[in-house]
Amino acid sequence: MLLEGKTGLVLNVTNKNSIGWAIADRANKEGAIVGVGAQNERLLEGVNKLLEGRERFETVTVDFMFAEQYEALHDQVKAKLGQLDFLVHSVGFAPKEALTGRFLDTSLEDFNTAMNASVYSMIKTCQTLEPLMKEDSSIVTLSYIGSTRVMNNYKVMGLCKAALESSVRYLATELGDRGIRVNTVSPGPVNTISGRGVSGLSDFIKSVQNTAPLKREYGQEEAAGAALYLVSDLSKGVSAQIIFVDSGYNVMAV
Amino acid sequence: MSTDIFERVKKVTVEELDVKAEEVVMEASFTEDLGADSLDVVELVMAFEDEFGIDIPDEEVGEIKTVGNAVEYISKKVAG
Repeated sequence: MLLEGKTGLVLNVTNKNSIGWAIADRANKEGAIVGVGAQNERLLEGVNKLLEGRERFETVTVDFMFAEQYEALHDQVKAKLGQLDFLVHSVGFAPKEALTGRFLDTSLEDFNTAMNASVYSMIKTCQTLEPLMKEDSSIVTLSYIGSTRVMNNYKVMGLCKAALESSVRYLATELGDRGIRVNTVSPGPVNTISGRGVSGLSDFIKSVQNTAPLKREYGQEEAAGAALYLVSDLSKGVSAQIIFVDSGYNVMAV
Repeated sequence: MSTDIFERVKKVTVEELDVKAEEVVMEASFTEDLGADSLDVVELVMAFEDEFGIDIPDEEVGEIKTVGNAVEYISKKVAG
């Protein structure tokens, strides 16, 4: 198995539709011990249901909006998992108001909330867990092409993803000193709880799937496949990259 | 037609919200009577999408407050 003997952490999982869950599930089936993060006790109940009857799983709770929770995250990971071979950051949030009105009218408060939850959470998680990351381990985050192209209704999240992708390049450079790889998986739009926060999602998914070179659906499972490659030794020579999992949609002009 | 849809809505609701089948009546509100919070509602809607093979855009989720609303909404979608 691809991840036999490896230990990893996936932050966070909301429900069975979460891309994070698809990654955690696949990594576990490939032999890894996997820690799964939940934002709070309420969401932990759902995560525990997903894990019923499964082996080699642990859970942690962390709400990225609260600075004091990072230290607690470190302690939970250290106690339950020890040293990590991989870390997956699958976190993003923007207030509804910032996704519905005009981008031009984005408030500072909403901007800060979105950037804190979606970008600083990546930097601070890497900083917090750096002492627990093994040499030659792998870190993966989830982005979206709204970082560089305009997708109506994505608004402030586009900026967050641009900053997130830039963070990945800087983190990869610094953590590269210890052989740690940092990469981004960028799936096309997917029907998840987070995705549904963007209005017009279902029409958009259809349009992407009709236009993309591979005229077929992609989703959580395909995104998890790319993540699996990135957290395994197969990607030893790959760092600071963005891997698109969108049936090739990103190359199309129309 | 809508009896069948009601039965399937009931089945999905029982599974998703962990409630008893007899509580799932047409008048029951998902949040007020069946104890769903906002996340439960989204998960329930996604489960309806899977069950009936339809899309329920987030902006239309507000229309679905009761079991009866869900049956009516889904009947229209399935017919269309």
